Order: sequence, then C-alpha cells, then structure tokens
Amino acid sequence: MAAASTRVVDPSRAANLAARLWRYSGSSGGAVVALIALVVLNALFTPNFASSGTCWNILLQVSIVVPVAIGMTLVIATGGIDLSVGSVMAVAAAVAATQLHRGVIVACGAGVLAALAIGLLNGLLIARERLQPIVVTLATLIAGRGFAQLLSHGGQLIPINDTAFQWLGRGRIGAVPVPLVLALTAVVVAAVALRRTPFGHRVQAVGGNVAAARLAGVPVQRTLLMSYALCGLLAGIAGLVEAARLAASDAATIGLHIELDAIAATVVGGTALNGGRATVAGTVVGALVMQVIATSFNMLLIPYSWSLVLKAAIILVAVFLQRPGRV
Amino acid sequence: MALARTQGPTLALLAACLFGTARYEAFLTTENLLNVLRQNSMLGLVSLGMTFVILSGGVDLSVGALLAVGGVAAARLSGHGSLVAIIAGVVASAALGFANGLTIAKGRMPPFVATLAMMIAARGALLGLSGDDSIPLASSASAMHWLGRGAVASIPAPIALLVLAYVLGWLALRYLRFGRQVYAVGDDAIAARLLGLHVDRVLVATYVLSGALAGLAGVVLAARLGAGQPVAGMGWELDAIAAVVVGGTLLSGGQGGAGLSLVGVLLFGVMLNLLNLEGTVSPWWQWVIRGAFLLAVAMVQNRLVRRAGAG
Repeated sequence: MAAASTRVVDPSRAANLAARLWRYSGSSGGAVVALIALVVLNALFTPNFASSGTCWNILLQVSIVVPVAIGMTLVIATGGIDLSVGSVMAVAAAVAATQLHRGVIVACGAGVLAALAIGLLNGLLIARERLQPIVVTLATLIAGRGFAQLLSHGGQLIPINDTAFQWLGRGRIGAVPVPLVLALTAVVVAAVALRRTPFGHRVQAVGGNVAAARLAGVPVQRTLLMSYALCGLLAGIAGLVEAARLAASDAATIGLHIELDAIAATVVGGTALNGGRATVAGTVVGALVMQVIATSFNMLLIPYSWSLVLKAAIILVAVFLQRPGRV
Repeated sequence: MALARTQGPTLALLAACLFGTARYEAFLTTENLLNVLRQNSMLGLVSLGMTFVILSGGVDLSVGALLAVGGVAAARLSGHGSLVAIIAGVVASAALGFANGLTIAKGRMPPFVATLAMMIAARGALLGLSGDDSIPLASSASAMHWLGRGAVASIPAPIALLVLAYVLGWLALRYLRFGRQVYAVGDDAIAARLLGLHVDRVLVATYVLSGALAGLAGVVLAARLGAGQPVAGMGWELDAIAAVVVGGTLLSGGQGGAGLSLVGVLLFGVMLNLLNLEGTVSPWWQWVIRGAFLLAVAMVQNRLVRRAGAG
C-alpha cells in the first residue's frame, strides 16, 4: 500500500520525467507548446471542443496523414523530399479496388506492393542515378496520378462494398478505430527504428553529411533506397485505409495535395528540412497541430480556406525558429 | 556536353514537329500551331519567371496561387478600366512575390518552405475572400478582352505577349547587369557576396519578377475565360518546374536560360497536341507520358552533366 502511494506521488520522479520529456522533445518543443496552446484555447473558447467525440474525431482524421508524414520524415532526414506520396496513395487504392475480386488479402497485398514499387523506383533513381529528389518525385507524382486514373477504367470512382476491406477504415479494435491502431503502430516502429537501429542512425548520417557518411562506411545508396521504399510503403497503407474509409477508390481525389500536409507536419515537428535531424514524435505533434487547427476552424464555422492561412503562418514560424545562422 | 544539354530539347522539339507533320495532316497548319502556342502562352509566362528563380538557385512553388491572385484582382477591378485591372493583377502578385523574396533573402528561409507557405496562404486567403465562385470581367474592359481574344496583325494577343516577354527575358539574362547577377548568385551565392554583389536584392528581384509574370499569366487567363477564377492555376507550379527542367536549366542554379524554358514549354505543348491529334489516347495517358518524359530528360541531362564534370 505504502509502496503504491509513493510510486504515484513521488515528486522527484515526476520532475525527472518532465525533464526527460523536455529533453526528448528537443527541436519539437515549439510544436508541443503550440499544440498545448491550441488545445487549451479551443477548450476555453470553442463550444463542444472539449468532448470525447471531438477528441476521437481529431485522432481519426490525423491517422491518415500520420503514416505518410512519418515516411516523409524519414526521407527528409536523408536530405531529400518525396512529392509523390499522394499519387502513391491513389495508385495503392486503385490497385486494391480493382483486385478486390481476388480476395481482400490479395487486394491489399497488391496495393501495398504497387506502392512499394513506386517508392523503390524513386529510391533507385535518386540513389543510383543521383537525380534530384524534387525532379524524380515530381515526375512520379504526375505519372502516378495518371496511372491511378488509368487503372480506374479512365478515371471512374470504384465503389468498394467488401466489408472486410472496409474494416481497415471503419472498424474498431476494442474501442480504438483501426486506422488509429495502424498509425500508432507505424509511429512506434518508426520511432524505435530511427533511434535504436543502425538503419535509423544511417538515415540521419546520410542527411547530415553524405560525403562524411560515405567515408565512415555508411551504405549511402542502400539507405536512400530503403528510405524512399519505406515512404512509398507507408503512403500505400494510408491509401488503402483512406479508400476503406470512403468505401470507394477515387483516383482523382485520394491523397491529393497530402504531400503538403505531410511536409508541413514534418517541418513543424522539428525535423530539419535540409536533413540530418529527425523526430517521429515531433512529426506526430506537427500533424496534430495542423489537424486541431482544421477541426477547430470547422467547429467555429470559419471557412476551411482561412485555416490554410494559419497553417502557412505556423509552417513559416516553425522553420524560421530552426533556421541556420548566416554564412 | 553542355551543348548536348542545351540543344537536346530543341532537337527533340524539332523531331516531335517532324513526326507530327509526317503523321497528321492537321498538325502543320497555321490554326493548329497558333492553337498550341495560345494554349501554352500562360504557362510560358509562368515558366519564364520560374526560370529566373531557378537560375538564382531557388524555386517558386507559389506561382499557381499567385496566378489566381492576379486573375481575380484584375477581374474585381475590371470595372475601373482595363489598364487599372491589368496593373492591379500584376502588382498584386508581384507584391506577394516581394514577400516571398523578403522571407527568403532577409529571413534566410529555404525557398521551398517560404514559397510553399505562400502558395497555401495565398490560395487560402483568395478562397476565403472570394469563395469558389468565378468573378466575371466587366464588359466595359475592352482592352482586357482584347488581351485574351484579340490579335496583333493576325497573331493572337497572348502569343504576341509571350514572344515579347521571352525576348525581354532573354535580353535581360544575357545583357543586363541584373541578368548576369542572377547567374552569379545561382552559381555560388557566397562567392557572389564576397565579390560585392547585393545577393539579397538580386534574390528579391527574381521572386518579384516571378510573381509579376504569374500575375500577368493570371490576367491573360482571366481575359481568355472572361472571368477571374480563385481555383485557377492549381498545380501549375509543377508544370512550370517540369518545363524549365526539361528545357535544360539546372535546378541547382546558375546554368540555363530563358530560350531553353520556352523550348521546354513548347515540347510539352506539342507532345499533348500530338496525343490529341492521335485521338485514341486516353487523357490519363498524357499524365503518365509527361511524368515518364520528365524522368527520361532528367536522367539524360544528369549523365551529360556528370560526364562533363568528370572530363
């Protein structure tokens, strides 16, 4: 009994924990403060904001962009960028929707494989051909969207009636929606991989200084290839979840402009845009900041377009605070 | 090797035109060629501004949104006369370009982030102020209607404007002090600063120019459509970057030129025209082909540059 109560109230432990949290938050401290401020302000001034319904809603909405933003975080940590994630989502959804007659497992497998293939193509061209990431992924953004439309029999919406597939987007495990479970899994795996595995260290070494990483024996090409492949894979999973949530594959809209949201979440979260420093937790906070803004504007009946202005301002402030000194 | 990089796209354009002439009767007609030029005149203007920015070592993602700002500003003020409308469209976008330039040069922000934020904010504010509805041009703005649909000595006005802009752009990059400074800054900003160039001023000027040309393109588009549309120009930043890169200007800055970008714009334009003349190709194939084409050109260019570097 006594032991239990000390565990709860021990102040030195609590202080210790807070200090550790602040240290871990590092470059994303600003995003954490912004998130807390937004939540507190909304809880005070937005009617019905402080309710479990709103909370679940925000978490559900954010669980599509979070896997994509994590992939983007990896790629940005290597010093690159992936503009093609939205098109990759559309391709994965279109492939899965058209293969659904072969069974859910095959359809999901095919969709994820298609996404992985585009990621590998990006990675190969960037790692081996040493093309600029912006050009390569811009090309796969354009071509991928066209490819997704072609798969959808010339740009038609494909309805998905399969309840097993819909479970990916609409089901629950216990009380927790499946998309949220998937997003959380991606967060945990990526956070551990980035901090505790050789791959994670290589990613940040390549982004910090390619030449130094190569001299230190880091397999630069393989690291780049894997980062873009993982980014494609994560975008593919997000595409499947989005299609399941909509109960349809719409090649024209799935993932459209999500690359901007993913880049914004990453940058706001404290990952350096020129590579070398990445934080998965920061990216999640960044995505939450963006989603809280969108949801609260929605609840306050302010047109969505004005939330874009606030998002842009937050991106600017976040990057301004972490910019390097003058050369 | 630099010759191959810069002449390759021109040769590809010639080859595409020869192919079109041989295969389709309708290709080599004045009407068809003028159509291709007219349809691509707005993207051409945007790409010219993008060329200056990319030459200086930056990138401008906000051009699509600034195009919409220019078109809507012109449409809103078209009741006060064409001159006011056109100037308002260009100046509004140029002012936002100036903000881009300040954030990048004085705030030391990466161009990618600064112009991304401008793209999102400008589009958001425009949609917030105007809603999704397009704003019709006042019928009294006759000169503006002429800009979209009129002609100078049987050459459509948008094409005349495009040619004029590219001649001026080419001259500026080749012979003006500003043009040479753009190359110097893009080649090596630190060396340029040590040489005593006002790097910040050059950077700001390129983003102002890019904004102004995007605004002008928006005015022309509004004149052609008879209305300013807040949703106009979405995704044009990508088309413009693709055209500049395909033309042979290097994204790393310092190498390329205005003429190359015109070739890049026309190459995409002629390719789409050929696909349309073929008639049986689904419009979605155009996207796939454009992406594949961009990749192919980037790969060839990259190899040429690397071989030049090694040799």
